[in-house]
Amino acid sequence: MIVGIPVEIHPGEKRVAASPEMIVKLVAAGFEVIVESDAGVGASFNDDVFRQAGAAISKDTGGAWTADLIIKVRPPEFNQALGRHEIELMAEGSRLISFIWPSQNEDLLQQFAARKVTVLAMDSIPRISRAQKLDALSSMANIGGYRAVIEASSCFGRFFSGQITAAGKVDPAKVLVIGAGVAGLAAIGTAKSLGAIVRAFDTRPEVKDQILSMDAEFLELDFAEDGTGEGGYAKVMSKEFIEAEMALFARQAREVDIIITTALVPGKPAPKLITKGMLATMRAGSVIVDLAAEQGGNCEATVAGEVVTRHGVHVIGYTDLPSRLAAQSSQLYATNIYNLIMEMNPEKDGNIVIDMDDEVIRGATVVNAGEITWPPPPSAVSAERKPSFGGQQIKPDAAEQARAAIEPSEIARFFKSAWLPVILAGLALFGLGQVAPPSFMGHFTVFVLSCFIGYMVIWNVSPTLHTPLMSVTNAISSIIVLGALTQISSSSNLIYILAGIAVFITCINIVGGFSVTQRMLQMFRG
Amino acid sequence: MSPSLITVSYLGAAALFILALGGLSSNVTARRGNLFGIIGMTIAVLVTIAAFVTQHHEVLVAIMIAGGVIGFILSRRVQMTQMPELVAILHSLVGLAAVLVGFANFMDPSIQYTGVEKTIHEIEIYIGIAIGALTFTGSVIAYGKLSGMIGGQPMLLPARHWLNLALFIAVIVIAVKFVGAADHGQATILLLAMTVIALLFGIHMVAAIGGADMPVVISMLNSYSGWAAAATGFMLSNDLLIVTGALVGSSGAILSYIMCRAMNRHFVSVIAGGFGTSGGSSAGVSIEGEVQTIDIPAMAELLNNAKQVMVVPGYGMATAQAQHAIADITKTLIKKGINVRFGIHPVAGRMPGHMNVLLAEAKVPYDIVFEMDEINDDFPDIDVSIVVGANDTVNPLAQEDVDSPIAGMPVLEVWKGHTTVVLKRGMAAGYAGVDNPLFVKDNTRMLFGDAKESLDALAQAL
Repeated sequence: MIVGIPVEIHPGEKRVAASPEMIVKLVAAGFEVIVESDAGVGASFNDDVFRQAGAAISKDTGGAWTADLIIKVRPPEFNQALGRHEIELMAEGSRLISFIWPSQNEDLLQQFAARKVTVLAMDSIPRISRAQKLDALSSMANIGGYRAVIEASSCFGRFFSGQITAAGKVDPAKVLVIGAGVAGLAAIGTAKSLGAIVRAFDTRPEVKDQILSMDAEFLELDFAEDGTGEGGYAKVMSKEFIEAEMALFARQAREVDIIITTALVPGKPAPKLITKGMLATMRAGSVIVDLAAEQGGNCEATVAGEVVTRHGVHVIGYTDLPSRLAAQSSQLYATNIYNLIMEMNPEKDGNIVIDMDDEVIRGATVVNAGEITWPPPPSAVSAERKPSFGGQQIKPDAAEQARAAIEPSEIARFFKSAWLPVILAGLALFGLGQVAPPSFMGHFTVFVLSCFIGYMVIWNVSPTLHTPLMSVTNAISSIIVLGALTQISSSSNLIYILAGIAVFITCINIVGGFSVTQRMLQMFRG
Repeated sequence: MSPSLITVSYLGAAALFILALGGLSSNVTARRGNLFGIIGMTIAVLVTIAAFVTQHHEVLVAIMIAGGVIGFILSRRVQMTQMPELVAILHSLVGLAAVLVGFANFMDPSIQYTGVEKTIHEIEIYIGIAIGALTFTGSVIAYGKLSGMIGGQPMLLPARHWLNLALFIAVIVIAVKFVGAADHGQATILLLAMTVIALLFGIHMVAAIGGADMPVVISMLNSYSGWAAAATGFMLSNDLLIVTGALVGSSGAILSYIMCRAMNRHFVSVIAGGFGTSGGSSAGVSIEGEVQTIDIPAMAELLNNAKQVMVVPGYGMATAQAQHAIADITKTLIKKGINVRFGIHPVAGRMPGHMNVLLAEAKVPYDIVFEMDEINDDFPDIDVSIVVGANDTVNPLAQEDVDSPIAGMPVLEVWKGHTTVVLKRGMAAGYAGVDNPLFVKDNTRMLFGDAKESLDALAQAL
């Protein structure tokens, strides 16, 4: 099967859907690879590098579109140079792997269907752990988070790290990161390693540990509401929560130098978190990087794709941050695509199979042989998992009710749990007391009390010492030797012999047990 | 010697035994506790000899010295990895002694009881011998399984539950006849018949239990040896035996309970034997995904870059004798400022606390060795978990698949850490016969080969 890698014609797009390492692996897996000339220039991969990796170079404009499988970064669009839409360059029955954004590009899906092609959207891969190595969104978000800090630092007229120099003391920059998803965490890590003081906020309490583990400060609201939505993404919060949150941001805006916002709710415009009023309270020279610019922005002043300055504050609204780190993005994206191709290439024979029963492939496939298959039906796994994300509070209640329903009445349960064994034991003791002679009862008392002592003492034994416990109990259970000792002086030879053997073996046991216990405990001295 | 003096000595010995067990609550007091145990035993034996032994002194001393020397040599020679075998064989001796003492007591013409007391005495003899006999053969079989002389697979006879029931009913029937037996000769035959049945029962019971259930079996036999001593104490009207037997019996029972809880299994189902063979289909979930391997240099680099490392040992570490290698690696990593800890599953190994003893032998500081409950919540912060010869105790299916034979068993959640390296000989399933999806998780790397060789090579690479 031939894999084609065309030039990305979107203005300003520098990424490419391939890297030399990935092409080597594809060729090894039995694929032929054709790369359009200069496809990798933006990512610093020239044609020679691709050729050395085993790819053929096509000099024709759009020449890679004739391949059986086309891999790409941006969704197809109208090619001015050829005067045709890229979809028209595809052969009927061929396949495309790319970012598609099907919810915003429904007309594109129609065009794919009309062309009778199969399309897998990298942005529609289900977020399950098995598919992590295919997750291009995370790869790109990671790069975006890193680049956001780099962009901020180049606009910011000061150091990030605090220094004490001969010319005076420099305070470290204070960075606030809103939204600790993949991009947010990457931004935290990068800002931290540049030496800034980093604070982070997120509506999902479970990311607190991740933030703390990166040595950043987690800003908390005194407000109990879990912002975890389906699939681990954030959800829309209540009005009260948002008010409390905005108050927090307003306080922070006066203090911090850099704000990096990454707050997105799936399928919704980005929430407006930094108002123009807050912006006015920030120190001149401060920087806001709005990673949600494409979805409308988290800051009211954001202009998508541009840097604007309001009240002396630079608001960066770039929507092409991954493309600004083209070599890195291309390398990671190519690896994600390679992993996806390998998922569909179980035979390792250089052919791909679209298995619509595979949850990951099903989710990614938006058009299958001319038939629109987006959105995918809710899968069994995600349906099952839903309660564990969204409805944590609901689940115990349901379980409680279910338990209440199946359980017998209060009284019956009371008897069953606590009183029945006690009553039975009491009756048994009463029966025993009726028939047993006093001498037996004396011993029986000792026995029962010893069991209780044993119970109390043994629960206190440290689990580390369970093996020594076994060997020492073994040694002391050889107290049976007393029985043999009382018999050994018997005038009956048989009893004498039996008792003799018993003494012999119990002595092995006593000395062996205590001695090996001592040996073990010696090791635990530490 | 006056009876009161004997009683006081026995009381002292009993108190010392309780202190001996109480001492095991911490590493600091444990050795003093063992010393109390030794003193208690010495007092009890010397007082008994002084009070009851009237002849055969020379033979007695010779026997005791011979036995003591053998015991001492055994205890010095044994490898720490063989500790379960030693404990099993020592249990069998207690069982055998209980049988011998029981028979000797039964044949002693000087003991004469009448009426209810006679019946009770006979029942005591009967129970003492029965428990002793099944402890004896059960422990011998357990020893055979642990030392590899007998295969670890459960021996599953057809209709084995009915067989057990039949044997149990036979024991009861014989008991009734034994108590009602007219003359001594007939009673002896009945007693011998019951002993044979109890011996067979012990063999069958342990033979039907799989290797992974050994921690339960050992604890259970430990418990039985205690009850045998207690029954002997009733028979001899000796309170010291009763107290000691009850202590040991409850100790073993609690350990069995802890082990069963750690496997989420009912005691009865362990005893009934055959892990995963009845009911649950072990092939319920097929594991899909690819195993990713790692080599020694890559693993060394992984560890060098880690901050938090967790080692999860299992029985495989004992069989490969890899505890010293892992201790070396631990030392190296700690020197580099890496926080290394050990997470121990309660049933790791073949007896309770087995892993702790091995690590202590290899001089791993015990303050970095933690029980499962103490560290299971820490896995999300762990950079690298090293699983050495553990399988079922780190199987995520226990939490994910309700139909799995190990469903509900508490497991160490290694997969929540950043990276897990599993050292393993091959892809074989654990004792429970369940595949382990941990091995194909994205953040798991497999290092195939003998654990000791791999770890030695790793220590070099570090």
